[in-house]
Amino acid sequence: MPTIHVDKEDLFEYLGNQFNTEEFRELCFEFGIELEEDTSEKGELAEGERAQLKIDIPANRYDLLCFEGLTRALGVFLGRESITNYHVAPTSNPHRITVAKECSQVRPLIVGAILRNIKLDAARYKSFIDLQDKLNQNLGHKRELVSIGTHDLDTVQGPFTYEAVKPEDLKFVPLEQTEEMDGHRIMEFYEKDKKIKKFLHIIEKSPVYPVVYDANRTVMSLPPLINSNHSKITLDTKNIFIEITAMDMTKVNMALNILVTMFSVHCKEPFTVEPVEVVYPDGKSFVYPDFETKSITTTAKYLNGIVGIEKSNSEIVELLQKMSLEAKVEQDSIVVKLPLTRPDMLQECDIAEDLAIAFGYNRIPRVQNNEATVGAPLPINKLTDIVRREMAMAGWTEVLTLSLCAHDENFKFLRREDKGDEVVVLANPETLENQICRSLLLPGLLKTVRENKRYPIPIKVFEVSDVVYKDPTTERGARNRRHACALYASDEARFEIIQGLLDTVMESLGVAPYCNKQQGHAYYLVEADLPMYLPGRSAKVMLSDNGNTVELGTIGIIHPEVLFNFELKVPISSFEINIEPFL
Amino acid sequence: MVGEFPPLSSQVNNKDTIKDLKRRKLIKVNKLLSYAVSKGANFSTTLKKQATDLTMEMLQSGSWKTEEFKKFNFDSLGINPSGGHLHPLLKVREEFRQVFFETGFEEMPTSNFVESSFWNFDALFVPQQHSARDLQDTFFLKDPEVANSLPDFWERVKNVHENGGYGSIGYRYSWSKEEAKKLVLRTHTTAISSQMLNKLAQSPYRPAKYFSIDRVYRNEAVDATHLAEFHQVEGVIADKNMSLGSLIAFLDMFFKKMGMSNLRFKPTYNPYTEPSMEIFSYHEGLGKWLELGNSGMFRPEMLRSLGLEDGVQVAGFGLSLERPTMFKYDISNIRELLGHKVDLNMIATNPACRLDKKMGREALQKGSA
Repeated sequence: MPTIHVDKEDLFEYLGNQFNTEEFRELCFEFGIELEEDTSEKGELAEGERAQLKIDIPANRYDLLCFEGLTRALGVFLGRESITNYHVAPTSNPHRITVAKECSQVRPLIVGAILRNIKLDAARYKSFIDLQDKLNQNLGHKRELVSIGTHDLDTVQGPFTYEAVKPEDLKFVPLEQTEEMDGHRIMEFYEKDKKIKKFLHIIEKSPVYPVVYDANRTVMSLPPLINSNHSKITLDTKNIFIEITAMDMTKVNMALNILVTMFSVHCKEPFTVEPVEVVYPDGKSFVYPDFETKSITTTAKYLNGIVGIEKSNSEIVELLQKMSLEAKVEQDSIVVKLPLTRPDMLQECDIAEDLAIAFGYNRIPRVQNNEATVGAPLPINKLTDIVRREMAMAGWTEVLTLSLCAHDENFKFLRREDKGDEVVVLANPETLENQICRSLLLPGLLKTVRENKRYPIPIKVFEVSDVVYKDPTTERGARNRRHACALYASDEARFEIIQGLLDTVMESLGVAPYCNKQQGHAYYLVEADLPMYLPGRSAKVMLSDNGNTVELGTIGIIHPEVLFNFELKVPISSFEINIEPFL
Repeated sequence: MVGEFPPLSSQVNNKDTIKDLKRRKLIKVNKLLSYAVSKGANFSTTLKKQATDLTMEMLQSGSWKTEEFKKFNFDSLGINPSGGHLHPLLKVREEFRQVFFETGFEEMPTSNFVESSFWNFDALFVPQQHSARDLQDTFFLKDPEVANSLPDFWERVKNVHENGGYGSIGYRYSWSKEEAKKLVLRTHTTAISSQMLNKLAQSPYRPAKYFSIDRVYRNEAVDATHLAEFHQVEGVIADKNMSLGSLIAFLDMFFKKMGMSNLRFKPTYNPYTEPSMEIFSYHEGLGKWLELGNSGMFRPEMLRSLGLEDGVQVAGFGLSLERPTMFKYDISNIRELLGHKVDLNMIATNPACRLDKKMGREALQKGSA
C-alpha cells in the first residue's frame, strides 16, 4: 500500500479549514484511505518545518497518489467542487515520436503528451516527481512494465525518435551528472547507485538499449533507467514533454492519463493536454493521450442488492456524484461514465463499492441473512483432535512447530539420505531455516527440547500436524500428510514409556496392540534397522486391517549422533506415525 | 531478650584509640547475644507430635478424633499435576471452530500447502503482474517447480483476465499459462475457497458456508509479529441474498461471540473482492480501534469463471489466528507462540481459551495499558 506525504496546512486549507487532525482521520476512514501520521503530533517540528500528513492509499487508487488528485477527489466527496472534465487540445500538427523496429527487441511501446504553459513551484515540482516515482513503482511494477520520462520541451527539438541501439553507440550526460557516458559505462556507474541499481536488470542483458532522441540526435532518456541532464525539468520549465515507455499497452495508457489529468491543473488552460503522435514501424499511428471514456451500464436493483440499501435511481446518481462518477438514468438502467482517473474500475461491482462508500459503510442497515446451512468438521481434523486430546491427557504437552526447515534438519542431522523423491524444495528462501517443507515432525520436536534446556526432565512433548510429500500423481505434484509425533526426553531413554503412549493412542482409535498379526484390526512393531535410531532399538509401526498391512511410521531410541547433531545431551525415545489410515 | 556484654575490665572510651587499635589489628570486634528463657502457658515435659496429614491408619484406629493437626500454610503452592497440555494457539483455534460450527459452517479440506499460482492467484482474478506474485512476497518452489495440470476451466480464467466478460472489461494483458502453472506455498487459504466454490458450482444452486483455519506462507521480512508462516482464519458465505449489509450483520454476530461487540468497517482494496471492507473493533481497555481482519464480496470475474451462476453472491472474510491469540494470552513475540523457541512453561501454565471472556491485555483497565 503506497503512502503519500502531503502538506497539512495546504490540504486543510483546500478543504475549507473545517477539519482538525482527528476529524480528518475520520474522513479518511470513511473514504477508504488511512491517515497514518501527522508529523506535528509527534514531538516538535523544526524551525520552519511544515507539518506533513502521511496517508496510506489503496494500491488500486492511482488517482489519489498526489496532492492534486487527493484534494480533487475529497473536494468532490465533500461537495465543495464539481467533477472535472479533461480535454485533449485540438492540434493540427502534433509533435511526433517515430518508433524504430529494433525497439520490439527490448521495450516495444511508447506514448507521449505535452503539458503546455505549466506553472511549477517547489511543492508542485516535488509532487510531480513523487507521482512519477509512485506510478513507476506500483503501476509500472518497479519500472519493468512502465517507466516515465519527463523533459523540458524548450530544450529539445521535435520530431522525436524512439530507437534501440547498441550500448556503445549511445552517449549522453545522465541527469544530475557531468560526465558523458556510453551504455556500458552507465551500467557500471549506476551499479553503485542505490536507487537506479534495482532497475539495471530490466535491459542489462539486451543487446540493444532503448533510447529517446530529439531531432538533433540529442539523447533525452535511456528508459527505464535515467533521463539525460540536457532536457531536465526545472522550476522555470514552461512546457513539459512526457514520454512513457512500456511493455504493456493498458498500463502505459493508465500511467499517462493519471499523470496528465493530475498535473494539467497547473496549465494555463487547466485540464487540457496537448497530444503527441506515435508512429510505429508498420506505419500505424496513434495519438495520445487517449481520452476516450468508457461507460458501465448497471441497475439500481443490482447496486442496491450488493450494498443492501434501497435507493431510487436519482438518489444513486446523486450518491455516485460524490465519488466523482458521472451517472445518468436511461430507462431502467443507470449508465456510469468511467472517469479517466479511475482505471481500477472494470465493471458494475466497482460502482457498487463507490456507492457503498458514498452512502457510508457504517450506515448500511444490518440485516441478518437466515439461510440455514449445516456445520461440519473436516474428518481429518476431527481425527486429529481425538489423537491430540489423548496424548495431552496421557501427560504429554503439545507444541506447534514450523513447517519450513533446513534441509539438513530433515535429512543429514537425522542420518537420513535425500533420494530426491520426498521433500518439496523452495526456490527463493531468504534464510536457511526455510529451505524445504518438512516431511517429518521430529526435527521440530528435537529443536523444541534443545530450546528448553532449563525445563526439568522428563520432557514429554507431541505434535499432530501436516508434513508435505512430493506426489507426482497429484495436480500440484505434492500433498500434505497428517502426522503424529511424540517424544520422551529424560536421564534414561525408556523405550517402554514412549511405547506406552503409542499403545494408548492406538487404543483410543480402537486398535488393539499385539493381537494376531495377520488378522483383525491391530497394530504391531517390526524390528527394523533405521539409521536415525540406536541399532537394535528401532521398529516400524505396522497397522493390520483385515489382512491389509500398512506401515504407519517408526518408533525407537534416537541415535546418539542425531542427539549430538541437534545439540542435545539427554537420551530421547520417540515415535512418528501417519494417522491418515485411521480416517 | 538481648543482653549486653559486660564492660571490659579496663575500659577504652576514646573512639580514636579503638579505631587505631583496630587498624593495627591489635583488637577484634565481637558481638555476643544472650537469651533468657522462661516457661510459657503450654509448657510440658512430654513430646506431643502434631499430625501433618490425615492417614488411612488414623481412620482405622479412630485416632483422628484426638489428633492435633499442624497449622496449614495456605499461601504455599500445590504440587503440579503430571498431566499434559494443549497448545494455546490451538486452543484459540478450537474456540473459532466452535463459533463456525454454531453458525452453520462446513470445514474446508486445506491439507495442501503447495498450490499452483493458478488457484492461488489467477482463479481469484489476481493479475499476473500483481506485486503479491513477486519473489519478495511469495515462496515459489524449485522442486517440484510447476503444476502437472490446470483445471479444465483455465481458459475461462485466461479470457476474463485478457478480455473480460461477465460484464467486466478485464485487465487487458497477455495471460501466460506457464506463469499460472508455477507452484507456490499458498499465500492464503482463499486458494482453497475458490476450489470449494468451483465444486459448489457443479451442482444446482444451494446456499453454502465454508471455513478453514490453517497455515499460509509469506516470503516477507520476519519480525516480532511476522513469521514466514502463520495461520489464517477464513469464512466464505455463498448466497443469492448476500449483500454488504448482511455481511456486516453476520460479522457483528460472529465477533460478538468472541466478546467484541463494537465493530466498524472501512473501505479497502483487495484484488479479488469488491466491495471490500476492513473490520475494526473498538477496544475499551486500550481506548483505540484495532484492525481485526479483512472482508468483502468476491468479484464476479472470479465467481463466474469458477462456474457459479449469475446472481450467486459470495462474501468472504479472513483474519490471522496468531494476532488475537497473542492479544488474548499477552504474548508480544510471535516466536514465543509458534515454532520451536516456545517456552514449554508457557504452554503448561496458560489459561484455557474463552474468547467471550476478557483475557490478557484485554482485561486491563482502561488507561493502564
